This record gives sequence, structure tokens and C-alpha cells, in this order.
Amino acid sequence: MAVGETEKATFTIPVGPIHPALKEPIRLALTVDGEEIVDADVFVGQVHRGIEWLGMNRNNPIQSIYTAERICGICNICHPFSFVMAVEHATGITPPPRADYIRAITAEMERIHSHLLWAGVAAHEIGFDTIFHLAWRVREEIMDLIEYVTGNRVTKAMFQIGGVRRDITEEQFPRIRQSLDYYKSIFDQLKKVFLDDKTIRMRTKNVGILKREDALKLLTCGPSGRASGVPKDVRQDQPYAAYADLDVKAITPDILTGTVVGDVYDRIIVRLLEVKQSIEIIEQCMEKMPPGPLLAQPKIAVLLKTLTKAEGEGIGRAEAPRGEVVHYVRMEAGRETLATWKVRAPTYVNLMSVPTILKGMQIADVPITFASLDPCMSCTNRVVVTDRAVGRKSVMDYERLHQLSIEKTKELQL
Amino acid sequence: MNFVVIIFGSALMVLVGGVFSMLYRGIDRKLVAHMQGRVGPPIVQPFRDVQKLMMKESIIPDGAVQWLFKAAPFICLITSALLLLYIPMFGQPALLGGFDGVPGFGDALLVVYLLILPSLALAAGGFASSSPYATVGAQREMVLLMSLEFPLAVSVVSLGWRIGQVTAANPFMFSTIAEHPIWSLVGPLGVIGSLILLFALLVATSGKGAKVPFDMAEAETEIAGGILVEYSGRNLCLFYVADIIKAFAVSALVVALFIPYNLSPLVGVGGPVPSGIVEGLFFLVKVFVVMFVSISLIRTAMARFKISQASWVYIIALTVIGLVGLILVAADLMV
Repeated sequence: MAVGETEKATFTIPVGPIHPALKEPIRLALTVDGEEIVDADVFVGQVHRGIEWLGMNRNNPIQSIYTAERICGICNICHPFSFVMAVEHATGITPPPRADYIRAITAEMERIHSHLLWAGVAAHEIGFDTIFHLAWRVREEIMDLIEYVTGNRVTKAMFQIGGVRRDITEEQFPRIRQSLDYYKSIFDQLKKVFLDDKTIRMRTKNVGILKREDALKLLTCGPSGRASGVPKDVRQDQPYAAYADLDVKAITPDILTGTVVGDVYDRIIVRLLEVKQSIEIIEQCMEKMPPGPLLAQPKIAVLLKTLTKAEGEGIGRAEAPRGEVVHYVRMEAGRETLATWKVRAPTYVNLMSVPTILKGMQIADVPITFASLDPCMSCTNRVVVTDRAVGRKSVMDYERLHQLSIEKTKELQL
Repeated sequence: MNFVVIIFGSALMVLVGGVFSMLYRGIDRKLVAHMQGRVGPPIVQPFRDVQKLMMKESIIPDGAVQWLFKAAPFICLITSALLLLYIPMFGQPALLGGFDGVPGFGDALLVVYLLILPSLALAAGGFASSSPYATVGAQREMVLLMSLEFPLAVSVVSLGWRIGQVTAANPFMFSTIAEHPIWSLVGPLGVIGSLILLFALLVATSGKGAKVPFDMAEAETEIAGGILVEYSGRNLCLFYVADIIKAFAVSALVVALFIPYNLSPLVGVGGPVPSGIVEGLFFLVKVFVVMFVSISLIRTAMARFKISQASWVYIIALTVIGLVGLILVAADLMV
């Protein structure tokens, strides 16, 4: 180094596994130069709980519905939803139409509560605690409604293979409409608070930009992908349950602003508009709900016997508040548990975009940028290989996995 | 001035000032909680916080610069408490500010410089903690400190300059400022200019109070408490009290500079004791108004700035606003 030249000093700031900006454990390693982020990497796997193992070794499929519900505290409709669809796909059970509508209503209620929860968290991340408290107070209304309809605020236990466990009757409609009207009446106010506030705009505009090409390349799904202008929505592309009868269209920020930037502000727009969309979907569901039974097979003993005899594999896809959730199951005849159960939560793919959106940002942007993906860590995990004898830990990377796949293919060809 | 008076007076001043500062922080927290739709902590919560922190263990990280890490909280508290002695409090002249022809030890300009010291001590403590979060926090504190200085100086100096036009005495002495309130010196143009200067000073007060939107040195959700991340127990308690006292002192500074009016002649209360009580209460009301506007309201209504944005607010926006105020006050003199 020549005299008078100074080296640019970068240092690494660890964010997590435990950090106030993160609501669940994950580790971000940020290489910073002053306030600017030069590089970022993500390490997951701190909340691996072996849920799939339980479904494959301990629980029968009906018990696994409740385990699936506990994968995540927020998405506790979309996981069992996706799971029962996978099992139904594998076994050929078809839920009655009324059950499809009830499933859609509960899923949309979940979306409203999840997006409002996110709005509060995002406000807290930029230090706007007033909005945090107000957003969560507004969220109480939908929580009350969820409790009124399902009997529970959090784990709702509505789903059963081949239907739902509880009905939503005509007498309950006025109470549901009352809540939806409440949200419609305050929607403009919410929009004003989140989209017009000066400091919120300062902190979110042109922050954490994910371009359309990057979003496509990194397979970003859900609201985060839609905010980058990728109009993908499972409810629109591969309608499941009642969604085929309903009018669902993927929401992109250009509906409101005319352009797609792909920044945090656009993600706020998408989530806000989705709250409105969910309200409309619930209203449509209430109008169109057909009469009929709730379950394809009301006797649990018979259902269990069918499941034990079933052979085959199935996939269930649902649009969770955070994006597409996929459950895959394989069933073997004579086996009480599932032979294979694989869960792929939306955060797993959305995390891939974290290094891209953090690069070039300031440290102050990290919490809101990261939170804008609405990551849900307990849904996500990655394989960590531990060599106990040597005490070494290694992460399976792309090359290693690729190599293993080649070996496996060769093995099969022999 | 009598040496004994200074010693005992200072002790009393710091004690009374400290108690009222903590009470005011409790009120601030309660008000903010109500504005946010929460119940909030009881008003005496700061006292309980102090009591709890004093009982807790003080942990010093292995990599820290031990002596600096331990000294920084003391320096921070002492310099904050020193502010109480140089700013007129409770309707009384500043203890060390000089009054009734007695030369003092310092004036408003000294207070502006004294305000730097607690922040410097905080930053030193942060750098001494050897934590990346604290380092980032300390860097931010330094940037904020440097950005804040200019608008603060502009409004104090403009005020002093205008008062200096009508009197031969040191215009930065608080007693001189109290004798010649700015509002009675200037015409309509000058009133607008002074209001602008007051606005600049209020926003600077908000920055000195180190609350949202200017709390980026601590920024809980970004850098986990930043500058204070490694502090605990008694050391943290000293910083906590220093922060509270500083917020109170800066508000008292705004009162002393821009609202130096007395109430007792108006309500016709005579005698040193009754008028002292009236003035003390009136002072508390004035400080409350300043604190409510510059700290409670602002922190309820805004999100945290990025350090670059805060720096821009102070160095560019607020300085320009302050200079406009100065020009208006100067133009008023010429008209």
C-alpha cells in the first residue's frame, strides 16, 4: 500500500440468532463499511423442531393436521390447509363444496390478521411505535372474529381430511359482516397512515429494492414477489378449494401507483390491498356458500382405516399470507403414519433474496428490509451436517447437493 | 460568592433537579403511552427503574477498555448534572451563572458547549465496549452530535446578538436574557424570525433528548441498544439518569432563552417565599410545555430517521431554517 493511501476497513456485524429486529431466530452476517452493507449472508436452522419426523414416525395423518397447525403460530390455517389437500390428493378423498368455502373463509381471515400483524411489526422496526400499537389494536377486531367463528384465536383446529370440523352458519353472518364493515370503514384511514406518512415514506421508498428479474431468478413468492411485479398467486394460477368460483387476481403495486419499484413501500401497498381483497373474498364466499355436509367421511375410525390402506403420493399447495406453501406426502398401505412428509414454507424461498435486497443498504435499513419479506423462521429449516467425532458442522451447499444427486442418479441407472 | 453556598446549593440543585427530571420522564412516558392507546407505566416508574438498576450486577465485557468503560457513565452523569447549575431553574437565577452584579462562571454559550460533553462520554463508553453494535452506535452519536451543533449554535448566537444590540452587558448571560426578553425587543418581522429560531432550537432539543426520531445511537430494533448494549447495572443506571437530566436541562435552556418571563409580578404575589413558589411552579409548567412539544409529541408522531437523514435534517434543513430566522431578526433591526 502506498504512503497516504488508506485501506477501506470493513467489519462484520452479526444480526441474530437473537436480535431485537428478528422475531424468530435466524442469523444474518453483514459485512459493513461504515453504515453501508457491502455483503450479506443468511444462516438458518436455529428452530429445527423435527415436525416432519413426528408425522412420519409418531402421529397418524389426522393427528398430523394438528402438528401441521403448530408449524407456525401465524400461518396456522395455510399449513393444515395445504396438508389436508396433500393427503386428499394422495387418497382421492374429495371434500364437500361447503367445506371448500369454509376453508377459504378461514384462510382469508388469517390473511387479514397476518397482514395487519406484519404492518405493526414493520412500523416497530422503523421505530414508529405509535403505528405499531394502533395496527395491533385494529387487528384485535379480526382476532375476535376468528375466535367467534372457530372458537380459538390462534390454533383454530378447523381442518379435517375431507372437510372441516365446524360450520359457519347463516346466524353468524351478521357478526362477520360487522367486522368486515369495520375494516372497510377504516381502510382509507389505514391507507393514509401507511402510504402518506412522511417518515414512513422516508424509511421505505427505494429501500430494499428487488427487481423483477431478480424476483423471477430467486423464485420469490407471495406478496414479496408480487411487489416486484411478478403476478403470481396460487389462488389465481392454480385455484384450489373455493377459489376457482371466486374472483381472485394477483395484486401488484402498479394497481395503485402505476409503476413497480419493488421496494419496501411497494410491499406495504401489496399487503394493504390484499387486506381489502380478502374482505371481498369473504363477502363473496358468504354469498355463494352452498348448503351441504361438512365432511366427506364423518366417522373418524372409518377415515383412519381408509388412510391406513391408502397408497400413493400427493401435493397440496396453498397461498399463505407470505406466499406459496407446499406440502408433499407419500402414503404406504398398511402404514399408520405417513411414509414421507415434506413441508416447504414460503419463507424458505423468500430468504434467498435477502442478500440481494440488503446489498448497498444502510444498517438502519436492515430491520425493515428484512421484515418486509415477512419472514417466518419456524416454518423454515436447512440441513446442517454435524460430524460429532470431529465436532465439525457444515452446511450442504449447491455443489455438494448437485454432486449427491448425480451419484444417486448413477446409482439408480445401474 | 460564598464557597459553602456553592457546594450546598449545587448538591440541593442536583437533587431537586434530578427528582423533577425523573418525574417529568415518568409523565412523558405516561403521556406517550396514552397517545399510543396504551395504559403505560406509573409516573414513578423512572425511580423504580433506577432502584432496580442499582441492585443489578454491572457486567464489564472482556474486550472492553476497562477504565474508560467504567469512567464514561460517571463523566456523562456529572456533565449532565453540571447543566443544572448553569441554567436558571425553578425561576431562580442559575447557581453558577452569576447574578446581581456578581460575576458568574459561565453563560449560555458555555451551556451549548457543556451539552456536547454527555454525548462525548456516551460515545467514548460505546467505543470502549468493543462491541460492533456499540461501535456503530457510537459512530452515529458522533455524527448526530456534529450535525446538531450548528443549528443549536445558530439559534443561541442569533438571540445573543440581537440582545447585544440593546445592552452593554454580556448578552449571553441568562440574567441579561431575562432582563431583555427577545419578544419585547423585536418588531413583527423579528417575531417571525424569533419563532423560526425557537422552532430550530426545539428540534435541536428533540435531538439532544435522544428519543425517536433521533434515537439512532440506541436504535433498539437496528443495533440492539447500540451505544448502551454492553452496559448493565449501576453503569447503565448512571447513563439512564444522565439522559433524563439532560432532557430536562435542555428544555430548561429553551425556557431560559425564549420564555424568560416571571409570573409573580403579574399575579401580584410579594415576598421572597410566596413568589419563589409561584415562580417554581410556573417554571415547571413552561418546561412541561417545551418537553411535551419537543420530545413527547415528536416521538409519538414519527418513525426513526436513518443517520444520514437525521444529519441532513440538522446540517442542511435546520441550519437553513435557523439562518432564515437570523436574517429576519437582523432585517427587523434595519427596518
